[in-house]
Amino acid sequence: MNKSMSIEAMVGRLKSGMTIGIGGWGARRKPMAAIREILRSDVKDLTVVSYGGPDVGLLAAAGKIRKLVFGFVSLDSIPLDNHFRSARQAGAFETLEIDEGMLQWGLRAAAMRLPFLPTRAGLGTDVEGLNGALRTVTSPYDDGEVLIAMPALNLDAAFVHVNAADTLGNAIVTAPDPFFDELFCRAADQAFVTTDRLVTTAELGGMPGMRHHLVERSCVTGVALVPFGAHPTSSGPDYGFDFKHLKDYNDAAFPDWRARFVDGVSHDAYLAAVGGAEKLAALPLPVF
Amino acid sequence: MTYTLAELCITAAAEAWRDNGEVLASGIGLIPRLAASLAKETFEPALMMTDGEAYLVEEPVPVGKRGGYQPKVEGWMTYARVFDVVYRGHRHAMTGPVQVDRFGQQNISVVGDYAKPKAALLGVRGIPGNTINHINSMFVPNHSTRVFVSGEVDMVSGVGYNPARLSGGRSDRFVDLRLIVTDLAVLDFGGKNHAIRVRHLHPGVSFDQVQAATGFPLEGRETATETPAPTAEQLRLIREVLDPHNVRATVFKENPPGDRREAA
Repeated sequence: MNKSMSIEAMVGRLKSGMTIGIGGWGARRKPMAAIREILRSDVKDLTVVSYGGPDVGLLAAAGKIRKLVFGFVSLDSIPLDNHFRSARQAGAFETLEIDEGMLQWGLRAAAMRLPFLPTRAGLGTDVEGLNGALRTVTSPYDDGEVLIAMPALNLDAAFVHVNAADTLGNAIVTAPDPFFDELFCRAADQAFVTTDRLVTTAELGGMPGMRHHLVERSCVTGVALVPFGAHPTSSGPDYGFDFKHLKDYNDAAFPDWRARFVDGVSHDAYLAAVGGAEKLAALPLPVF
Repeated sequence: MTYTLAELCITAAAEAWRDNGEVLASGIGLIPRLAASLAKETFEPALMMTDGEAYLVEEPVPVGKRGGYQPKVEGWMTYARVFDVVYRGHRHAMTGPVQVDRFGQQNISVVGDYAKPKAALLGVRGIPGNTINHINSMFVPNHSTRVFVSGEVDMVSGVGYNPARLSGGRSDRFVDLRLIVTDLAVLDFGGKNHAIRVRHLHPGVSFDQVQAATGFPLEGRETATETPAPTAEQLRLIREVLDPHNVRATVFKENPPGDRREAA
């Protein structure tokens, strides 16, 4: 068994109109190389589920999003992503704007093959009413409490970025926070993992290092070796986020940006264009 | 001892966590973070705090470049765990709303029409879940009628004391709003039916001034007292331990004094 794939092959499995989930959080451990590959593809009309960072900004600016399922879009040290804001303010896509815990709940419901999971989060806010997609459920027990029935967020595909993986689909996330990448993989028909390092199974960490294991490999469809595949977002403890690059991205006109860093730019050419592996390896870990 | 408005807001906001005990103190933004840190360092040591990323620390991590400082880790607090803490109710967050209304409902999502907003902001983040599950306070650095709006906020991201929205079997039993610290005053929800009330006026600020900067009627005209000045020990902790690089000087334009009469 060998699940090695190129990111081109991964993106080649996508079809227009699909629902895709993107792992990471804000400007942290986003599968950015895969996102840039989606920008180069013909795929469009995507429903995108994300704890949003520059992944959402790029996809929104490129007109790839039909509907965004999100709790926020942020570049961390830079609070707001201008490309997301422009597209959102133009009404360029539909939204299902939900509490970030509801997003987790939707992924969890999908992972459990349930239609929904109940939650108090969102009750009484415009999250409950504006989106139209959300319904309530009444507790069948004596309390009779009314709760939001957060619908399953079933994903056609998920993309996550990890520190290391083997070719079987075992991956480890040694970053301080694994975020919700496990649930993104569990909620998806096909889960694609990009990794900073491709290693043997024995090199993944054994015991107790395997406490960093992402998810059992049956939930992983393909693995692509993409060193610095999270750039310009962070992949702690290996490299921090590229603050200057994120700032330049945020201030840039999108057509210029995609001409420089996306269109016709292979990953190797990208790494050279953003300063080279040596510079990226030295990006300091963020201090919050 | 003279002190800045930023320092006054830090000590006033720290009071939000008094007698909270073992809860996760989440101060989002510089002033709330320093306020939570000060509370933990002084009168509320049982508070739990994070390094701002994923670890619980036994003493507050100083703001800015840390030099040789190593966080004193006492546990792990990933975002998944933060949600679990939210659901369990062991948390008191202080966040920065863009709009607040008379019910204490807050907005951090969009300004203007929802479908085509004038300004797309962060998104609701965790505010819906926070406000219906645990204690919350707010910090508003620009007290004005643009923030404290006359009607409901444009997009209700966080719930407040508005029975119309929490009816029909929806439970409000964990809704618990405490303080709103602003550049003019300290507000609480101690008015009639949780109406917003002025608890303290910052030195040199009048009730009329605060009312004029607020889009709805405030209670507390007869009872509001002056915001207590920071103590020498509080100022030492803020200046030497918690914020040694004086990042707080950037919060308010020209870093004004805490007592407005000194500025005149």
